[in-house]
Amino acid sequence: MNAPAAPAGSLLTAEDLRKAYGPTVALDGAGFSIHPGEVVAVMGPSGSGKSTLLHCLAGIVPPDSGSIRYAGREMATMNDAERSSLRRSEFGFVFQFGQLVPELTCVENVALPLRLNGTSRKEAEKTALGWMQRLEVDDLAKKRPGEVSGGQGQRVAVARSLVTGPRVLFADEPTGALDSLNGERVMELLTDAARSTNAAVVLVTHEARVAAYSDREIVVRDGRSRDMERAV
Amino acid sequence: MYTHCVYTVCRVLGMSIGHTLLGLLESGPRHGYDLKRAFDEKFGHDRPLHYGQVYSTMSRLLKNGLVEVDGIEAGGGPERKRYAITDAGITDVEQWLATPEKPAEYLQSTLYTKVVLALLTHRDAGDILDNQRSEHLRSMRILTDRKRHGDLADQLVCDHALFHLEADLRWLELTAARLDKLRVEVAR
Repeated sequence: MNAPAAPAGSLLTAEDLRKAYGPTVALDGAGFSIHPGEVVAVMGPSGSGKSTLLHCLAGIVPPDSGSIRYAGREMATMNDAERSSLRRSEFGFVFQFGQLVPELTCVENVALPLRLNGTSRKEAEKTALGWMQRLEVDDLAKKRPGEVSGGQGQRVAVARSLVTGPRVLFADEPTGALDSLNGERVMELLTDAARSTNAAVVLVTHEARVAAYSDREIVVRDGRSRDMERAV
Repeated sequence: MYTHCVYTVCRVLGMSIGHTLLGLLESGPRHGYDLKRAFDEKFGHDRPLHYGQVYSTMSRLLKNGLVEVDGIEAGGGPERKRYAITDAGITDVEQWLATPEKPAEYLQSTLYTKVVLALLTHRDAGDILDNQRSEHLRSMRILTDRKRHGDLADQLVCDHALFHLEADLRWLELTAARLDKLRVEVAR
């Protein structure tokens, strides 16, 4: 059931991950690997451990045991500051609900990760606007999140996740709150944008139509993972 | 009481009666009559097998070396052959269970049969569902790609197929979630 040793050239790999929250076992020997430019769907029923796997891979939650290597480096050997820096500059995140800052305009939201990294406001907003054009929401630049639709807000969130040029994009149910048509468009734009920058996408979803935008899928069941491409 | 009658056996009868009978033989040798009874009980509530189908299938399996005659009972009536599965037969069932079905409409009856047989023969039914999910996703990726590069007519045609495949997948997920319960039911 567990994934075998990671293939050569992987950007992010995990082996034998274990994580428990009190008596509840979330991960029980899970493995994972992804190459640059690859879109991998992480599928499984609710409570199977797929979101915990994503949080561990992204360095948000430390596993109890097991190995996670990013660009050849063991993440457990990094200190908090290094992991934070990694999340700010190398990783991008999109969640089910865009989690945009309601007080900021859309362009300010998209520019926020660059501003946190020290980029000037002018430069950050120029780059942000470029990404908003790619995600077809540049006309919303001056609006606040409360003034845009769910689908538009999610595209703004995708633009924000890509603005720093991340090498890995973590997307946790990115279309979960959208209707079919909006969800589809978000997936098209998200995967097109990621592929054009050679970013790897870890796509957690329970929806087959969303997973169909991936190159391959990993199934998580009872905290264990199965790489379907390498299993057949 | 668990009822099987909601699942029509037409697909089973058409496609996999041999494999189904072989799977039933894995738990031990049986006479043709016992095989028919076990089949009807597990899979053929509303469409029982005819004796002729059982015996013609067993003749074919015998000829192909997938079963052997384990004993013959002579009684007042005709001789009763008892059949046993051979190693080749076990391999054949194994391969059939492990091979995902080509995604198509009304696939559930065949998948249902595979899942029940896997549980009856103590194989990993979750693996069968995982492999099938993967096969479906392969088809869905092709359709999604075609849709992205096609015109509106392509998009609508592909959407129709995608929604049907998605319905299959929902059934797969629900069945995966119910495997423990199903295992108890089929063991009765």
